[in-house]
Amino acid sequence: MNEISFNQKDLKSHAANIRRSILRIAEQSSGPSHIGGSFSIVEILTYLYGHYLNIKIDDPRWMQRDRFILSKGHAALGFYVALTEFGIMPESVLESYKKDESKIIAHPIQDLDFGIESSNGSLGHGLAFGVGLAWATRAKNQENRIVVLLGDGECNEGSVWEAAMSAAHLQLTNITAIVDANGLQSDGTTESVMKINQIENVWKSFGWEAIKINGHDFTEIDKAFKTSQTISAPVVIIAETTKGKGVSFMENNNEWHHGRITQTLLEQAVSEIGSNTDDNRWSV
Amino acid sequence: MLSEKFNPRQIARLGPRATYGQALLEFAKVNDSVIAMSADLGNSSGLDRFKATFPNRFINVGIAEQNLVGVASGISQLGYVPYASSFAPFLACRALEQIRMNLGYMASNVKLVAIGSGISMGYLGNSHFGLEDAGLIHAIPGITIISPADCIEVVNAVEACARTNDPTFIRLTGLPNSPMVYEESSEFEIGKAVEIRPIGDITFVASGSMVATCLSAAKILEETGLSVGVVNMHTLRPLDETCLTSIANQSRLIVSAEEHAVTSGLNSVVGDFLQRNKFSIPQIKLGLPPKFLENGSYEYLMKRYELDADSIVKKILHELKQ
Repeated sequence: MNEISFNQKDLKSHAANIRRSILRIAEQSSGPSHIGGSFSIVEILTYLYGHYLNIKIDDPRWMQRDRFILSKGHAALGFYVALTEFGIMPESVLESYKKDESKIIAHPIQDLDFGIESSNGSLGHGLAFGVGLAWATRAKNQENRIVVLLGDGECNEGSVWEAAMSAAHLQLTNITAIVDANGLQSDGTTESVMKINQIENVWKSFGWEAIKINGHDFTEIDKAFKTSQTISAPVVIIAETTKGKGVSFMENNNEWHHGRITQTLLEQAVSEIGSNTDDNRWSV
Repeated sequence: MLSEKFNPRQIARLGPRATYGQALLEFAKVNDSVIAMSADLGNSSGLDRFKATFPNRFINVGIAEQNLVGVASGISQLGYVPYASSFAPFLACRALEQIRMNLGYMASNVKLVAIGSGISMGYLGNSHFGLEDAGLIHAIPGITIISPADCIEVVNAVEACARTNDPTFIRLTGLPNSPMVYEESSEFEIGKAVEIRPIGDITFVASGSMVATCLSAAKILEETGLSVGVVNMHTLRPLDETCLTSIANQSRLIVSAEEHAVTSGLNSVVGDFLQRNKFSIPQIKLGLPPKFLENGSYEYLMKRYELDADSIVKKILHELKQ
């Protein structure tokens, strides 16, 4: 684990930067972007790249690095911005988002030099990939950890449960899954589209340990990740989040699942995010 | 060469599946990166001894082919070379999108082995047949596709595909005691077809089980005074275009043959090549009809769908009369 001390204020500042940057890049790319689902994972990404993940910015292919998989690949914009915020992806690459011949588009394309471990976009692929990484990591006696971020809607995919089953069976303790439980998917609420009763119990029944947290609260995120390393089972963190978190007109509004932001709306949104890092809204 | 460790007659008796398992075991002894993976068909893939010898290098993901491919892809990221086997449709149809994302889009170094492909599963029926696997995998860019002609070539394919980091799909056709094409350990290079009988007026371009059948047909045809070549096109991709060009330039008739639906796979790939390069040589396509097949034994079905040597001879002679 990273030795940097946990500084809530710094992380909040990074999170605000990331939200503003997501909006700016989305606006200049002039088409719709997956803003809502990017915003719901900002604190998680900030915590991972700002504190938790053991990676080397100057050696992105370092074999012993922790590996992060964005299985909910449509939140790629938030992912790219976080990678840039923490110095892994060059600014120039981020600026090329969704331009012709760009390397980064609406879904991640594996590029180890930019910290993108796998290609995603089609849902239900990341956890199996992560299970393979975790198995190989253990086989090589490496200490690094594997973190896979899934959407709650994504948990509709049967392949998620095939992978969950195998992680427990293979007794992998070096993998942590996070479910971004923002309660919304493309067609509406997870409740209305495909209800999964007590999702943490479903994971538990598959042999995982489940920890439920507020996914916008750094203290809770930190505690969950630290706890996950002490448990002798694969651990899932059910992060309850708000889709579109941080901008009033986006919060819980599924139009922002894949929405287009105009200059006017951008200004309004940025003013809400502000620059006051003491603002406590991010920890609910 | 790995195939030198095997007695061709002995493995021919075992059949392609058991040969695969033994070949992988022998290969794992000299290559530490090799991992065997299965979706509850380890024993059917001849991997029981592998499992006993290298329990830490064998992974069973249960009856979950999608996960088989995804986990294999993850494992490959750290330099391991996972070989994952299951019945042809369970890989190529059930896990097709996982194959597309992992072996295609990400070009993960995973070796998939489709056991019991074609119609060798006989009475197990269409649910288990590999009728479309080569065509489906060929539709995804970048995946090497190998269809060994006999058990020696199964061993060769297992070894050769680890020489590159290319994602690979190996389809195994035939049964125990299926005819041998190679009497002894043979040279094998991915993408390089083998002229088993020199290019003739008529030249067969066959893969998998059809190589031996076409050899039999060629012998019968030659008795009628025709010169007949047989090429083992064991690699569907990358296609040996040099070899096909030679055939197109030298032969009067090309006969492609594959134990697979005739509407995709080798027959289509050869036809597409000839058309793209504006060759006017006629092509006869030998394969299974594009439909779910009737029920029957392997032998019965091969005759029923005219993929036995006698039917092939009859068809070619009829064609020549036209």
